[in-house]
Amino acid sequence: MAQNFKALVDSFALKELAQGMAVTLRHMFKPHITVQYPEERTPQSPRFRGEHALRRDQAGNERCVACKLCEATCPAQAIYIEIDPLSVAEKRLTRVYNIDETKCIFCGFCQEACPVDAIVLGPNFEFYGLKREDLYYDKAKLLANGERWKKEIDANLEADAKYR
Amino acid sequence: MPEYLKEILGIVHGYGEGFFGLMLWTLIWTVVKIVILLAPVLFMVTYITLAERKVIGFMQVRFGPNRVGFWGILQPLADAVKLLFKELLLPEKVDKSVFFLAPALTLVPALVAWAVIPFSPGIVLADINIGILYILAISSMGVYGIIMAGWGSNNRFSFLGGLRSAAQMVSYEVSMGFTLIPVVLLSGSLNLTDVVNAQKGVWFVVPLLPMFVIYFISVVAETNRSPFDLPEAEAELVAGFITEYSAMSSGLFFMGEYANMILVSFMGSILFLGGWLPPVAMLSFIPGIFWLAFKAMFLLFVFLWIRATFPRYRYDQLMRLGWKVFLPISLFWIFLTGLCMHLLGMA
Repeated sequence: MAQNFKALVDSFALKELAQGMAVTLRHMFKPHITVQYPEERTPQSPRFRGEHALRRDQAGNERCVACKLCEATCPAQAIYIEIDPLSVAEKRLTRVYNIDETKCIFCGFCQEACPVDAIVLGPNFEFYGLKREDLYYDKAKLLANGERWKKEIDANLEADAKYR
Repeated sequence: MPEYLKEILGIVHGYGEGFFGLMLWTLIWTVVKIVILLAPVLFMVTYITLAERKVIGFMQVRFGPNRVGFWGILQPLADAVKLLFKELLLPEKVDKSVFFLAPALTLVPALVAWAVIPFSPGIVLADINIGILYILAISSMGVYGIIMAGWGSNNRFSFLGGLRSAAQMVSYEVSMGFTLIPVVLLSGSLNLTDVVNAQKGVWFVVPLLPMFVIYFISVVAETNRSPFDLPEAEAELVAGFITEYSAMSSGLFFMGEYANMILVSFMGSILFLGGWLPPVAMLSFIPGIFWLAFKAMFLLFVFLWIRATFPRYRYDQLMRLGWKVFLPISLFWIFLTGLCMHLLGMA
């Protein structure tokens, strides 16, 4: 009875409503948690899987040896490779290396499959195409990506090397 | 009103009558007064939208709009431009006259009611002796626009939203009307200026606190604001009676809603919070109009605060609250007020 009466009084005094409003008022003065994206960015893991890039070795030659393991492992079948028939057996090269970024699911299996660390998923997630064709990457584009993001990619690979 | 202002007005009137003739000048002067009254109201309507997004954003630990202009200060302008330049879609089977009359009928009563709001002693467009009745009568008109929108749209969502809104507004008008009766009892007048003057000693919110709370909750329901925004409950009814409206015609509904919010906030400050009277006599050097605006702003903030806090009511809960809780309490308080006044020999 006394409990019921207390509940009645509380309900008429709008106790719980006042408590709720106190919570929102307190939050009004808390610092915002919003990250204002173009100016501020969230931290990125060295394992971040963004736009693809093909790397070159220190001498500036392509690292890719056209083993086609990435093409074979790609679950989305986004990679298409043709071997350069003119390349020698010691260092085979690709003639065509296409990645369809519209098909890619960014699983990173190609990077894991690669025995020579040639294909990597870089830190860049801000790429776009005005046409579909802009997202069909060929070898030149991938190598250019490798040049453009070389510093970041190398740093990320080194940071993550001991776990691989 | 200060003397020098009266003199200036006298000179303006003299020139006006000489130039336009008495009849035309009366008309022009009325229009000028209306513009002076409504321009700030419409300005507030545009900026309350920004305030709403900012306050709710802050309460959700976000920023709210902050891209258009410094601190998002030009956001209402951008919204208005967007609404004006969007295509006005006319569904094939709407009742055209009703469909286009409805937004106007929601906005106009919200603006017309401003005629009797006293901002300071003597600063009121029409100082009529039945101000409270006038406002009640005019604000009841608003429901027509919503019903017409629901009916004219020829759409099930709109229709349900319109019906809900009609039932809700009618129910809560009853309890809102009853909360005003103790105020009228205490002040002994229906004139809003007299109501404020009667609060010189103590604001009516002190003896009538429960009435003030019920008044406020009722007007939240009356203006279809969250948590009572069932007519436009997007989870069930898409957008309720606004479903078929686009561009500025839906913008007019929003303007009507916000104008109503501002109106009932001013009403609440005048009826319960002492209108233009300062809280303590020491602060009377600040002009009364600022006090009134400040109190109304506070009530508007509470509107937004409530919206940021509470989830939407269920429809049967809404009806139960209106008829089975607010109505008996307000009736009882009318009785209590009358009894106290009788015992204290005030009446």
